[in-house]
Amino acid sequence: MTNYIKLILLGVVAIFSLIAANYARDAAYMVHAIIIFLVTAGLFLWTLRQTDEPVPAKVLETSYLDGVVRYGVIATAFWGVVGFAAGTFIAAQLAFPVLNFDWAQGYMNFGRLRPLHTSAVIFAFGGNALIATSFYVVQRTSAARLWGGNLAWFVFWGYNLFIVLAATGYLLGGTQSKEYAEPEWYVDLWLTIVWLAYLAVFVGTIVKRKEPHIYVANWFYLSFIITVAMLHVFNNLSIPVSIWGSKSVQVFSGVQDAMTQWWYGHNAVGFFLTAGFLGMMYYFVPKQAERPVFSYKLSIVHFWALIFIYIWAGPHHLHYTALPDWASTLGMVFSIVLWMPSWGGMINGLMTLSGAWDKLRTDPIMRMLVISVGFYGMSTFEGPMMSIRAVNSLSHYTDWTIGHVHSGALGWNGMITFGALYFLTPKLWNRERLYSLSLVSWHFWLATIGIVLYAASMWVTGIMEGLMWREVDANGFLVNSFADTVSAKFPMYVVRALGGGLYITGAIIMCYNLWMTVKRAPAVEASAAAAHATPAE
Amino acid sequence: MDPELYNTLRHFADSWGLLAMFVFFLGVIVWALRPGSRKTHEDVANIPFRNEDKPIAPAAADRGQD
Repeated sequence: MTNYIKLILLGVVAIFSLIAANYARDAAYMVHAIIIFLVTAGLFLWTLRQTDEPVPAKVLETSYLDGVVRYGVIATAFWGVVGFAAGTFIAAQLAFPVLNFDWAQGYMNFGRLRPLHTSAVIFAFGGNALIATSFYVVQRTSAARLWGGNLAWFVFWGYNLFIVLAATGYLLGGTQSKEYAEPEWYVDLWLTIVWLAYLAVFVGTIVKRKEPHIYVANWFYLSFIITVAMLHVFNNLSIPVSIWGSKSVQVFSGVQDAMTQWWYGHNAVGFFLTAGFLGMMYYFVPKQAERPVFSYKLSIVHFWALIFIYIWAGPHHLHYTALPDWASTLGMVFSIVLWMPSWGGMINGLMTLSGAWDKLRTDPIMRMLVISVGFYGMSTFEGPMMSIRAVNSLSHYTDWTIGHVHSGALGWNGMITFGALYFLTPKLWNRERLYSLSLVSWHFWLATIGIVLYAASMWVTGIMEGLMWREVDANGFLVNSFADTVSAKFPMYVVRALGGGLYITGAIIMCYNLWMTVKRAPAVEASAAAAHATPAE
Repeated sequence: MDPELYNTLRHFADSWGLLAMFVFFLGVIVWALRPGSRKTHEDVANIPFRNEDKPIAPAAADRGQD
């Protein structure tokens, strides 16, 4: 019966999207309508073939739903490489503008590719990592199968459809020009539906948990899911110009809009890239170290302090703007206070290794997780410092900001995700171990050196640029033109692109290693059976 | 928006709202550090090391964690 309802719905959407493609006012909208038509028509046929067929036996509650986590691992690795490739390419475009090819103007120039890069790494790579790991962790720590049957699959495919719509939209110019919230109205609506389904699966699993206590990792994941829902809805309040076009107009305007945007933007960092990934830290670091977290009490204080303070830090993005001073001072003060819970969390992660520090020498996955937490500590010190108004007057609008973001994103988010992927792949595909630990070491060093090159070159060029902009001569005239700073930055831009190149090389090595783990590494039961077959000597 | 509503909400936020959140936060810290919580926390910190391969079956749930 449900299949008939599905068929009607899919059919209606498929026909509507064909009509939409016909009336489309802009290229992005038309391409999206065609994509949605192909998806819904395909799903229609797939559902039709299953309708009135014998229904497979209901899945028992005696196993975890891991298929969707496996797909999530693959999607994370895939989008990671896509996002890093886009980033390395646009880094090269900044160093060598000739790479903004004439034949691809309007599609592959820096301005179009930059949001593609940021969304690919944050939402595609990071988002898939968060969804996959949260599904894995919430099942294990609740001792319950995911709630909602196939709803978890809807979340996975729906989220990846959102990513495809976002990415193609950017290349074709469909953007509402809000940083990290570029997708237009209909893509936002779709993400809202998917995200509420995600919330339902996660909360449903927690509700039916068999473990009486909700483990701290789930608190972080849950705060991430709820806060992102709230941020997404409020920052994307807009009215479409036409139902047949991608353009929409924001409900807020002026400084209110700017404040809403950076309330969203900073909490995307705070809850998407921090709280969610801390959920990963609180599960995978103890698992890999094979010892419980250093202090559970500290993790509770860490959680509440982090979520109470982070939400106020956004105004530090708007120093020296139309935003009232009291508001930007508030943001600055909360950013500095935030340093403490951040370092509390870092200490909790690092000290989990106390008594097992030797693992750093023998276990490259552990090394990856630890350097990730180290980068977390570094960027959560750098961030509060940069939020101070006096420092911000030097650092804002310069490459220092970009360096800061990347030491957090490549160091903290990237490394902990790689660690989680290395942990998950043998477990999910039932392998005894990874294909090669020395390849993990290669990945570790390539990625680390890449980040060091990236962050160091951006510090140099950022501070240089900031100093050049404010330099005045004896008569009070500015000394440097904008183009002077651009040419002075050239060597550092080359170093930055090189750092990105090392980082993506490491990621490709990881993909090879994970692939070979699935293909070649010994399976768990097979080797156990072989052990039984070997006669004792 | 009505400016009076804005002012009312703002005054509420920086007085009672602030106080309520601060008291809640202090309560969380006191609760986390309460006497006798050590045993509970040592137990729950080990949650990741249980039930790795399969969920606790509905019938087995009454018998306890293992």
